[in-house]
Order: sequence, then C-alpha cells, then structure tokens
Amino acid sequence: MTERKRSTALRDPAWLRFALLAIALAFVAVFLVLPLVAVFVYAIEKGFAFFMDSLTDPDARAAIRLTLLVAAVSVPANTLFGVAAAWLITRFAFRGKNLLVSLIDLPFAVSPVIAGLIYVLLFGANGWLGPWLSAHDIRIIYAVPGIVLATTFVTFPFVARELIPLMQAQGSEEEQAALTLGAGGFAMFWRVVLPKIKWGLVYGVILCNARAMGEFGAVSVVSGHIRGVTNTMPLHVEILYNEYQRTAAFAVASLLALMALATLVLKQLVGWRMRRIEARSAAA
Amino acid sequence: MSLRRRRHALPGFGLTLGLSLAYLALIVLIPLAALALKSATIGPLAFWAAVSSPRALAAYRVTFGCAAIAGLINLVLGPLLAWVLVRYRFPGRKLIDALVDLPFALPTAVAGITLTALYASNGWLGRWIEAAGWKIAYTPAGITIALTFVSLPFLVRSVQPVLEQLEPDIEEAAATLGAGRLATLAKVILPTLWPAILTGFALAFARAVGEYGSVIFIAGNLPMVSEIAPLLIVAKLDAFDYAGATAIAVVLLLASFVALFLINVLQLWTVRRRSAEAR
Repeated sequence: MTERKRSTALRDPAWLRFALLAIALAFVAVFLVLPLVAVFVYAIEKGFAFFMDSLTDPDARAAIRLTLLVAAVSVPANTLFGVAAAWLITRFAFRGKNLLVSLIDLPFAVSPVIAGLIYVLLFGANGWLGPWLSAHDIRIIYAVPGIVLATTFVTFPFVARELIPLMQAQGSEEEQAALTLGAGGFAMFWRVVLPKIKWGLVYGVILCNARAMGEFGAVSVVSGHIRGVTNTMPLHVEILYNEYQRTAAFAVASLLALMALATLVLKQLVGWRMRRIEARSAAA
Repeated sequence: MSLRRRRHALPGFGLTLGLSLAYLALIVLIPLAALALKSATIGPLAFWAAVSSPRALAAYRVTFGCAAIAGLINLVLGPLLAWVLVRYRFPGRKLIDALVDLPFALPTAVAGITLTALYASNGWLGRWIEAAGWKIAYTPAGITIALTFVSLPFLVRSVQPVLEQLEPDIEEAAATLGAGRLATLAKVILPTLWPAILTGFALAFARAVGEYGSVIFIAGNLPMVSEIAPLLIVAKLDAFDYAGATAIAVVLLLASFVALFLINVLQLWTVRRRSAEAR
C-alpha cells in the first residue's frame, strides 16, 4: 500500500508525461537527429562513385593527412601535460594551486577565433616575433606549426580536466603502498598510477582528439587556406562549400561526422566501464 | 618512527611542476600576454574608437542577443530534456542520452553547413518555414538556431546529475501535504534546480558568444545585420587591422570571463546554501 502511494506521489500525471516526452522527442529529432541524418544523405546524393572521388581527390587527401598529423602532435602533447598537471595538483600542496587550476581551464573561455588571433599577434608577419622569424626563415603562421599550436591551445584543458577530479577522488593510498614496498618513481607510475587512471585518461584523450580533428575557428585564422598545404579537413569542407561544391563538401563532412559518432560510442563505452569500476570499488 | 615512515613524500613534484608551468606558459600564457600587450599599445582613444564603432556595436548586439536567446531556448528545453531522460523510461532513452553530446563531438563546420542546408529555402526544414512566411537561413534567426545547437549539451548536462541525486522525500512530503504534481514541480523541484540551470546557462552563453564555425555559414554575415563579433575579428585580421581585431577580442574575452566569474559565484552560493541546509 505504502509502496503504491510512494510511486504515484513521484509520478507525473499521464497527460504531463505525454506532453513533456513529446516536446523532448520533437526537440531531439529536429535539433540532433535530423542534422546527423542530413550530413550522410547530402554526402551520397550524387552516388557512391562521386562520394569516393570527393574523398580521394588530392586536396582532400592532403587535408585528411594534415588533420591526422595535427591531432597526432596536439593530443599526445596535451595528454602528457594533463597527466603531469593532474599529478601535481592532486598529490601535492603548494601555493597558487587554485590559480593554476583556473588557468588550465582558461582556453575553454577563449573564443576559437581569439585563440588563432593570439598566435598571429605573436608569430605573424607584423607580430612581436615576426621580424625575427622571417629573418631566420621560420614560418609559423600560414604554415603547419601555427595550425598545431592553435589546435593545442583549444584542446589544452581536456585531459587535465578529466584526470583532476578522478585522481582527487582516488587518493594516493596505493602509491604510498608501492613506495613502501620499494618501488621507484617510474615503476610506481607504470604499475600503479597508470592502471588506476587508465579509463579516465582514455576518456579525456577521446574528447581531446575529437576537438583536435574538428577545430575550425582557431585553425582558420592561422592557416591561410593554402590548398593541399595548410588545409585541414574542416577547412577543406568550408572551401568546397563556398565554391558551391556542396556534395563534395558533405562527403568530407560525413567523414568528420563519422569521427564524431565514433567519439560518442567510445565515450559511452568508457563511461560505462568507469561507472562499473566505481560501483565495484564502492561495494568492496 | 614507524608512523613517520608510513607516509612517503610522493615523487615528481619538481618534474611535474616544471613541466606544467613551462607548457602552460608556452601554449596559453605567453600568447595571451601578447594580446594584452597589443591592446596596451593601441592607446585608449584608438581602442575606444575600435570597440565603439557602429559596426562593432551592431556585432555585439547580434552576438550577445542571439547567444542570450539561444541560452533561453536551452534554459527551457534543456532541463525539460534532462527531466525526461532521468525520470521517464521509454525505448531509445539511452540512445538519446548519448546523442545529447553530439554538438560537443560534431565539428562546428560540419554543423554549420548542415544547418544551413536544412534551413535554406530549398532545405528540408526551410521549405516549410518559408511557406509559412518565415526566413531563418542568412538572418539572425539562423544564428540563434546554430547557437542553440552548439550550446544544447551544457544545460542538459548541468541539470541531469542534480536530478539524479534528488531525494524523493521532499516530493513525497509535498504530495502528502496535498500539493498537486504541477505545484510540486514548480515549487519544490524547480527551486533546487536553479543553481544548476543558471550554471548551465552561463556556460552555454560563454560558449555561444565565442562561437564561429557553426555560425558563419548560416549567418549571411551582413555587416550591421547578421555579422557576429568573432567574424568581425576575422574581417579586421584579413584587412591587417591587428589593433582593431585585438580591441574587439578584448571585449569578447571580458564577456566570457564575466559569465565564468558568475558561475563561480553561483557555485559558492550553492555550496553555502547546502551547508546552511545541513545545519
């Protein structure tokens, strides 16, 4: 009796449930499902052969290569930093720690366009270091290094942000035990710390990679849009679209959308894994 | 002796401190300092002229206005979606839950061209909307749609965990005391959600103000009408007006920082309220 009363007290009336569910589903259908379906439909509207041609075009291939290259530099760099910063912040007490945490989050508050602008002001032809760089024949802006730097800036916080709360919650008991048993610093890191933070690390890396491969605004400012040289996949999509090659633009865009879908699936799997480990350690 | 031996000083303080600070300085602090230095060299008069030109004022109006409207749309629909996902059981719930993060994962340029194609006058949605006499693509309404898309996850994801941890006691108490379900929702549940809703709104707003990739395709980019402030920065850079670009960037950064500062204040307020309730 009390059980029934309890459940009806927490239940919305049927009409309200129906109305809220209908609004929510309509919102999701129009704002999330429809765009996702549209990317793939537009991508193959001229047939599969055209789709493949758009992806194997030399400029498209150069763009794909550059996007992979940029992610292959930015993501490991930010991962290394993320692990170091999370270790520093969660395992030691020092002055200015809160300031450091805020500064790590700072790139998320900066518009991508501004992220590109700051590197132009620093390394551009009229920038602070511009004359010195051109005297030594080093190109950063309108070249690959600038793209890597801008991408690294916008993806800077992802890994650290994921690891700091996780390592804070885990505490350092196991590390202490490993040291007591005579493990050296690196043995402790590889055998104790890394297995502990593995899934949180993977989670952060997945999100970091998705943003690195998809970044548009910051990269657009520093790239110069040189075809086959400084065009990443998102920039190639823009150029094709602005040249009224809509289907080709959507073909390249559909690859990025697949990357986004893979990200969502992996994120879900890793999140599920982390919750299971959490539940197990809570039960123990 | 044994007590002192039990706690080891963990290794790596110097290494991780050096690495973190050097990397932070190189990637974030020195480049941002270049922006601050640049804005300091402009001179107050030229700075004021750049940030208060009619074109700049129109760009702020479009940016902040559309970001606020998109935030308000999500302020209503985000918590509603979170409520449905947490409280109702229906087929496809987990799929929708995963899909909420799509705007975070989908590159903004892809979102931009797709939304434009959908809402253009021959698009799947634009066709019907234009038949009804409305126009979305290449107007500020289109900008609002794009910003609603990119900031959608913030509201859902900030409210969802609060709803999941909501104790049923207060709802039961309200029902026992004779409150109808709607009254319970409005007077008991909603007040506990406000801090999370406002945090989500501030995050969504800060993101939307700086957004570029998803907007420029659908905006039309007409100066004074549908030009967003980030695009104005790009336009000034393309014209080699570094000083003008820097000045607008400073205004945008300040707006984002104010939004994030308000989040911190909100979170402090929530913690205080919780501890006051616990007492």
